Amino acid sequence: MLLDDKRLVITGVLNDASIAYSVARLAQQQGAEIVLTGVGRGMRITERIAQRLPTPVDVLELDVTDEGHLGQVASAIDERWGRLDGVVHAIGFAPESAIGGDFLQTPWDDVATAVHVSTYSLAALARTFAPLLAAAGGGSIVGLDFDATVAWPAYDWMGVAKAGLESCCRYVARDLGPQGTRVNLVAAGPLRTIAARSIAGFDTYQQVWEKRAPLGWDPRDPEPVARVVCALLSDWTPAITGEIVHADGGVHAMGADLR
Amino acid sequence: MSSAVYDKVKELLIEKFGVAEDEISPEATFSDLDLDSLDLVEFALAAEEEMGVRISDEEAEQLDTLNDTVKLLEQKGATVEGEASHQ
Repeated sequence: MLLDDKRLVITGVLNDASIAYSVARLAQQQGAEIVLTGVGRGMRITERIAQRLPTPVDVLELDVTDEGHLGQVASAIDERWGRLDGVVHAIGFAPESAIGGDFLQTPWDDVATAVHVSTYSLAALARTFAPLLAAAGGGSIVGLDFDATVAWPAYDWMGVAKAGLESCCRYVARDLGPQGTRVNLVAAGPLRTIAARSIAGFDTYQQVWEKRAPLGWDPRDPEPVARVVCALLSDWTPAITGEIVHADGGVHAMGADLR
Repeated sequence: MSSAVYDKVKELLIEKFGVAEDEISPEATFSDLDLDSLDLVEFALAAEEEMGVRISDEEAEQLDTLNDTVKLLEQKGATVEGEASHQ
């Protein structure tokens, strides 16, 4: 199978609508062994949902802004497996004023939180897991993105944070390339997750996808995105790094509405 | 209001969400009980595990009073263990 013998850390599973939940389920079905991470008050929800995977798994507490947590998770994985084949970064957060508020009025502290959690966290995870990934021969880091080359209604500082994530991906790919670690992002179309509920412009994005996606787009089905994540975690993309793969029904390539 | 489903919802709120028993009434809303959207997500999962019916994220988002919640659960055919003995 695609991910036989792969050992993976998957962040960002909140409930079964989460994109990362689909990744976890598919990865297990493809032979991977996984652990999830959860954060704060969502931890209890993640623990419930971890029991619903094809094979129930453990959930480790990981607030990516907490260096102590990062160290503890790395030690736990080292003890458990001694190596790591892949990490899924499905982490983003912006305070209310930074998303769907008034872009020009958002205070720096709120922007700083958004960038710390959503952008810097990719580098933090990479630094934390680099030795374990090296022990597995390189491994693969895959993050989730929403096309940040253009401005979207209401996405605001989360869009800036995603633009930063896209750049961060290229720099981490540069620095971990020599040890054989691949680092890539999957830019998804809009999906109706819990996280998406806090985006005021979500319905607008959905309309864009209805009009522009040559392949069509189902905002309730994260599996097309999860499949790409699994492909990038596998051994079948050995020369791809620093890349953003668009799993968006083709919207990124269209210059105008099709319907 | 008294039904096995209502009693189960009440029990969940007290035991899993730390809500005080005297705050719970059929007219109480989740926000009256200081439960936010993340709590609702957890409530939906707990209700599914305890009563065997699925509340979608979109339905969970719309939940308002406990009365509405119990009605939705009952419409979906929620069952509570030992319910038959109450009737």
